[in-house]
Amino acid sequence: MLLSMEHLRKEYPNGKVAVDDFNLQVDRGEFIAFIGTSGSGKTTTMRMINRMLNQTSGTITIDGKDISKMDPVKLRRSIGYVIQNTGLMPHMTIQENIEIVPKLLGWSKEKRAEQAHKMIELAQLPDDMLQRYPGELSGGQQQRIGVVRALAADQQIILMDEPFGALDPITRESLQDLVKHLQEDLGKTFIFVTHDMDEALHLATRVVIMSHGKQVQVDTPENILRHPANEFVTNLIGEERLIRAQPNILTVSQIMLKTPVSITPDKTLDDAIDLMHDRRVDTLLVTDDKGVLQGFVDLDDINRITDGTTPISRFTNRKVFYVQANSLIGDTVDRILKQGVKNVPVVDAKKHLVGIVTRTALVDIVYDALRGAPDADEEPASPINADIHAAANHEGGDTAE
Amino acid sequence: MKDLGLWGQLIYYFSHNGMYVLSQFNQTFLVSIYGVLLGAIVGIPLGIWISQYRRLSPVIIGAANVIQTVPSLAMLSILMLGLGLGQTTVVVTVFLYSLLPIIKNTYTGMLSVDPDVLDAGKGMGMTRWQVMMTIRIPLSLSVIIAGIRNALVIGIGITVIGSFIGSGGLGDIIIRGTNATNGGAIILAGALPTALMAIITDLVLSFIEKRLTPKTSSEH
Ligand SMILES: Nc1ncnc2c1ncn2[C@@H]1O[C@H](COP(=O)(O)OP(=O)(O)OP(=O)(O)O)[C@@H](O)[C@H]1O
Ligand SMILES: [Mg+2]
Repeated sequence: MLLSMEHLRKEYPNGKVAVDDFNLQVDRGEFIAFIGTSGSGKTTTMRMINRMLNQTSGTITIDGKDISKMDPVKLRRSIGYVIQNTGLMPHMTIQENIEIVPKLLGWSKEKRAEQAHKMIELAQLPDDMLQRYPGELSGGQQQRIGVVRALAADQQIILMDEPFGALDPITRESLQDLVKHLQEDLGKTFIFVTHDMDEALHLATRVVIMSHGKQVQVDTPENILRHPANEFVTNLIGEERLIRAQPNILTVSQIMLKTPVSITPDKTLDDAIDLMHDRRVDTLLVTDDKGVLQGFVDLDDINRITDGTTPISRFTNRKVFYVQANSLIGDTVDRILKQGVKNVPVVDAKKHLVGIVTRTALVDIVYDALRGAPDADEEPASPINADIHAAANHEGGDTAE
Repeated sequence: MKDLGLWGQLIYYFSHNGMYVLSQFNQTFLVSIYGVLLGAIVGIPLGIWISQYRRLSPVIIGAANVIQTVPSLAMLSILMLGLGLGQTTVVVTVFLYSLLPIIKNTYTGMLSVDPDVLDAGKGMGMTRWQVMMTIRIPLSLSVIIAGIRNALVIGIGITVIGSFIGSGGLGDIIIRGTNATNGGAIILAGALPTALMAIITDLVLSFIEKRLTPKTSSEH
């Protein structure tokens, strides 16, 4: 475990409890995004990691070492720090800015210069920019420098407080790509505070959702989209985003009917007709006695046979189209819709029949995703989206507690 | 000498007493410089200190303000009671009057440094001292120098008045002119170099101020 925060609490001198019982274990190479309403304690939590603030109680360890026993100045030199307004020194050249921490650490002039060239390349900016001053760079370029400056002394943990908040969407996206590259390809660990849910979901390996100083949910972006912990999270993510994300996070098993009507091949035509009549269906799925899907029988096929004692195996249609229970709807929907079938059996990894998906259920999901959030007085087409809709339109849904 | 015009008389005065004027000029200049230098030695650290402990700033700046409101002649007289006649009293007076502009500008300069830059410096692992020497002071230096510039101009004025309590200098020439009948030229002989001194020091310091303003652009 690279970074561990346990039972962190921060109470400001004015009595304001900004962070309460915060717990988080961060592995090397993770990208943690803190998101939450304004004043929820994101900045406070982040600043305790490099001891810009000291916690009231609780422990933070890095590589197993308690940071409260470390020299704060040394600690800060080992942790990258990027803030919203870049914090570049206006009276220092880009090179001098990049070299700040290496210089504090006593690196030789040559080694520092070499590092500066490396860093400007990493920032994907021209080398001659090193001699310029921050005021001569665009906001996006400045923040690129701000990001690579935080890595210049090979820091492993990088703290970022709304680093791209002041940038336009296109510049922001290119900077997001930069940090994603640093995390994925250089194995850097990021603690990243943001207000932008898309940014958090796009970049993070895990998202920490905060409200009033408490963690509301800590999970991967997929899981948060799949199971928002409560109404607060649903609202924070937004109905629109949740519904749009459904095809890519819902699995087939989540929308299938779990009681498919099936029959074994040793039964007879009469049995099949009785069953269809009882359950009011026109198709039966055929499974062997272990539940493995064999095929299906259709009412049309049955009509042509007159002998009621014919075993089902004789007229089972073995060309059956089926889907895996754990596949994502987004990945299977095209295939299902193109087949033009009414119902699709769902099987597990060993081809055991576990359910059935109706074409209508699928179309509803896809329709909702295309349409986005329905109006408050309108129901989403798919019942699975109804919960999201209800939560999002619930009165007072803005606060967690 | 009466047949010469005012300017003629002035030139005549300078040509006969050139060395005397020059030595008085030097004296006035040095007394002002000593006073302001002392003011800077005390005022800059005080300004820095109250920028770190801001609760103290109203007290310190308030006190300096009070000093400033006392008319300089009154201040000279009061100090004279304790320190006697002579240059020391004038140096101390200049010192007291230079405190306000220097403290105020140092304080303002310190506070005008972008808090984000300070936060980044500390967050990157600079000690308090390093933040002071590499960020705070360089970024507020021009404002501090502007304070010293102000103080020096005030100081020159006070030093000239200081001649009344026997500190010598250009003020002596002016006083002599006021006592003489038709002493207009003599007054000018003291006043013009005084004005010149004020203007030149101001120009020199504004040049220094510009030189010390940290570069933020690679163009010039
Ligand atoms: N120095 C301070 N003294 C007292 N209270 C503070 C101080 N700093 C922050 N707070 C309070 O602590 C709470 C958490 O603040 P924090 O800055 O951590 O929030 P945040 O989640 O980063 O908010 P934002 O999204 O607006 O940046 C807020 O209610 C804030 O008003
Ligand atoms: Mg914040």
